[in-house]
Amino acid sequence: MTDLPNSFRTGPDERGHFGAFGGRYVAETLMPLILDLEREYRAAQADPAFKAEFDHLLEHYVGRPSPLWLAERLTADLCASANEGFGAKIYLKREDLNHTGAHKINNCIGQILLARRMGKTRIIAETGAGQHGVATATVAALFGLPCTIFMGAVDVARQQPNVFRMKLLGAEVIAVESGAKTLKDAMNEALRHWVANVHDTFYIIGTVAGPHPYPELVRGFQSVIGNEAREQILRAEGRLPDMLIAPVGGGSNAIGLFHPFLDDAGVEIVGVEAAGEGLDRRHAASLAGGRPGILHGNKTYLLQDEDGQITEAHSISAGLDYPGIGPEHSWLHDIGRVRYEPVTDAEALASFQKLTRLEGIIPALESAHAIAAAERIAPTLGKDKVIIVNCSGRGDKDIFTVADALGVEL
Amino acid sequence: MTRFAATFAKPRPALVAFITAGDGDTAANLDALVAGGADVIELGMPFTDPMADGPAIQAANLRALGKGTTTADIFAHAAAFRTRHPDTPLVLMGYANPMTIRGADWFAAECAKAGVDGVICVDIPSEEDAELGPSLRAAGVAPIRLATPTTDAARLPDVLNGAGGFLYYVSVAGITGLQQAAQASIEEAVTRLKAATDLPVAVGFGVRTPEQAAAIAKVADGVVVGSALVEIIAGHGEAAAAPLEAFTRTLADAIHGAKENAA
Repeated sequence: MTDLPNSFRTGPDERGHFGAFGGRYVAETLMPLILDLEREYRAAQADPAFKAEFDHLLEHYVGRPSPLWLAERLTADLCASANEGFGAKIYLKREDLNHTGAHKINNCIGQILLARRMGKTRIIAETGAGQHGVATATVAALFGLPCTIFMGAVDVARQQPNVFRMKLLGAEVIAVESGAKTLKDAMNEALRHWVANVHDTFYIIGTVAGPHPYPELVRGFQSVIGNEAREQILRAEGRLPDMLIAPVGGGSNAIGLFHPFLDDAGVEIVGVEAAGEGLDRRHAASLAGGRPGILHGNKTYLLQDEDGQITEAHSISAGLDYPGIGPEHSWLHDIGRVRYEPVTDAEALASFQKLTRLEGIIPALESAHAIAAAERIAPTLGKDKVIIVNCSGRGDKDIFTVADALGVEL
Repeated sequence: MTRFAATFAKPRPALVAFITAGDGDTAANLDALVAGGADVIELGMPFTDPMADGPAIQAANLRALGKGTTTADIFAHAAAFRTRHPDTPLVLMGYANPMTIRGADWFAAECAKAGVDGVICVDIPSEEDAELGPSLRAAGVAPIRLATPTTDAARLPDVLNGAGGFLYYVSVAGITGLQQAAQASIEEAVTRLKAATDLPVAVGFGVRTPEQAAAIAKVADGVVVGSALVEIIAGHGEAAAAPLEAFTRTLADAIHGAKENAA
């Protein structure tokens, strides 16, 4: 931890690297296209009209700003189990209230505006649980562009409601039969399709991973979460929070919340990885249980064997069920600016129910991982401390999984 | 003279034949390729996530990994091949993660020790050369670069900088084994590439028949065939050597005679 940078917010470098992570590990066929994308993103960043249209859509279509909710009953419950004078105040950033029910739409709006700028006429995306697929199909419908979603055949079978939603929105859903038939294979297949259709196709990647400039541009579009939270907490508390907590799969909601606070030394930051059945069993915690490698266009922590073969991830939350993590998280982990903690399926399931009963908010299982971490940490902090937890999505999509895990027949 | 230089110095185009390591009886299949007339061998390193490959080679990767093929097995195949075939250039082709996971220096040293002449890494473009290229060059192993239909004149010098062995022209914007490029576009591209480099130019992706191979061999220094060979292994399992040799011979004859027939 020597040589810490003056700012944690200047990355990536011009070659797309966050320290040792990130980069552009793609086939030569795609290189010219991602260089084009980078040029177009730089032009869009400098174009006030682009920002104005993005902001307009976020306000009037997505429903932003999303509220910052003081979870008083959750806070009181945690204080009750804490020692005298302990029990931090918990605020929830309500990304679950966005159109389509999660933070995913922020990024999709931004990327489809880029697609239109670049004159691309078709949209493709990968999806695991279907949340990013639904968000992409939604913006494709809004912009009248044909859309193809790649989804692992295993996920298609277990996420039928989202498959039907995508089809209702006019998207073609391709069930990917290759490999393990889950999210990473859907991403492989989307990359294969993209290579063969680079002339007219825009690939809307759903998280802060993939080749540069994707991790940077997805972060840019998702940073609305942290920028809003900063203003909202200053209004509510007159000061910055003491801690941020967000769930991390690829890590787009987390980086969106974290990035605007990275240079505020007083703000402790915690990312929550899915520990599945436990770190000694099947899990999806790339930082806790993986090591650096190269996959899907970037260098980052990956779940893999000693030969560099990628191993299957497991989490009860399909959105966290990926063997990698965004490269900026790998960097923030290595330099120690963000602390990453594991939360198991069982802990997330308990917090899913607790938040639902105490606050009347059914969180996504992804978000329930962050709630579980907050439950663990808040009682160890003083009553005067303030935590913001990213409630990254709503849990309607997860009720079948939860019912199954609880042994309830619907 | 390197094995590449000796091979491409011959007054006839070369057949570059690809199979996946660990898929079927690898030693017997490699011998069959050489016996059938293959001039350069590309040995695929299986990977769980072969993003640039079509269905045939994806399946070969899974078959090989399903049998428990390790990186150590691949280098053992390579070293044994080098003992049996001292003059045939051997290339490892695969993806960045298995190649770099123990460090680029380790990988390059193992390549040199096993008698591997060149390495094609699909997902390390020239921008990320530092990941593997310096180690390979220091070990005397050629980093073989890919050029594609999207590689424009502005990029080409970067692609060629630090390249060795031969230049692999990916004739279609796509994945292995599927569509075939138009002959005219291949001729135009090879002419453009040969004007920019002294490296031999081999053309691959989507080449499945002796007729296609012969047409490409009229203009290129080499023709790469992969999926069509891998499909023979898929169909014959552990007993693929004989049909593999027979098909390789039809390809080799078509390619080796292409320039004479044209004249």
